[in-house]
Amino acid sequence: MATLRDIQRRITAVKSTMQITKAMKMVAASKLRKAQTRMLEMRPYSDKMKAVLSSLAGSGGELHPLLVQRPQQNVEILVLTSDRGLCSAFNTNIMKVAEKFIAERKGENYSIKISAVGKKAAEYLKRRNIELRNSWTGLSGKLVYSDVRNISNDLIENYTAGAMDEVYVIYNTFKTVMNQEVIVSKLMPMEPPQQSDESEDEPMSFIYEPSQQEIMSQLLPKNVEVQIFRALLESQASEEAARMTAMENATQSANDMINRLTLQYNKARQASITAELMDIVGGVEALKG
Amino acid sequence: MADKLTLDIVTPYGHVFTDEVDEVIASGSEGEFGVLPNHIQFLTTLNIGMLTYRKGSETGHFFVNWGYAEVGPDKVTILADSAEKSEEIDIERAQEAIKRAEERLKKAEKIDEIRATSALDRALTRVQVGEKHQIK
Repeated sequence: MATLRDIQRRITAVKSTMQITKAMKMVAASKLRKAQTRMLEMRPYSDKMKAVLSSLAGSGGELHPLLVQRPQQNVEILVLTSDRGLCSAFNTNIMKVAEKFIAERKGENYSIKISAVGKKAAEYLKRRNIELRNSWTGLSGKLVYSDVRNISNDLIENYTAGAMDEVYVIYNTFKTVMNQEVIVSKLMPMEPPQQSDESEDEPMSFIYEPSQQEIMSQLLPKNVEVQIFRALLESQASEEAARMTAMENATQSANDMINRLTLQYNKARQASITAELMDIVGGVEALKG
Repeated sequence: MADKLTLDIVTPYGHVFTDEVDEVIASGSEGEFGVLPNHIQFLTTLNIGMLTYRKGSETGHFFVNWGYAEVGPDKVTILADSAEKSEEIDIERAQEAIKRAEERLKKAEKIDEIRATSALDRALTRVQVGEKHQIK
């Protein structure tokens, strides 16, 4: 049986842990608010961009390298993870989906390369002896557009050079604070839009200024940037949400533990008082006799 | 047949404007263009410039910083790097920016020239758009 002092010590320890988790939850909550507004601001822009592009790509044929569908042999995936831990299954979920993605395509003539954002992916893959083609870290919290441009330029360069035929990005999308979903989305090449049967008449022809080619060569790389940017923002909001939930749970567990320990402490105290009383009563009885 | 245009202005920092309007005038890379309902489908890049819309008898102005415009028979979608409503423009700040850019241009270091020129361009247009509001 633990002594009173031992139990007391443990209660103090758990209490201070609880203070930390509580503080971390608060920090995550405020970061989440920031990340969430930023993400919500970005959503309409990237959605519209996609819409504009699909009408452009539909009439464009194979005018631009980013539109050309090549036989898929070299596939690249970009996984977005966090730099720091303590966010429950946030990173594990991503890596699980990534591994499944790889396993599904392994064999045959596929070669799959991985690039990653965030330290966690690098650590995870290192343990499994999988090499990263490229990785970017230190983006969380202070995401700036030039970082995004670096990533997208690197991917586009490799793509146009023919080193890869398809690029996917795997990231957490922010549904609600309690719920984030891992999705795999295709970055390059642009999917041609689905021909819907109920489309009005025949597709109208577009006028382009300066020229279709010119617009494409500006818009397509820009779109890749915007899609990556959006993915990063979603991922960051999800990360903070996951961390907040994790810390909330930790605080709750710490609270439960304190309650249990207090109960144990009181029981032990009661037992020692009873034992003392027995001693005294015993002593008195002995003196009487 | 559409008799109104839905004007949408979106930037990476959110939805700036959305409304049904009668006419839109914007400055494209090949020059200014006007859009009325039932325009043919049209896609262009935008310069730094002013965007004007007319709704009934009321008009509004925006400062648009680069971007793209997609025009359809009943809609105009502007994807801009940034956009500001004329009444939200800080003219004093823009005027300071003009001074700064002009000074930098005088020193004329090659690398900075392009940056300074476009900064000057932005500031000048901003003042122009901002004053539109004041006159009104």
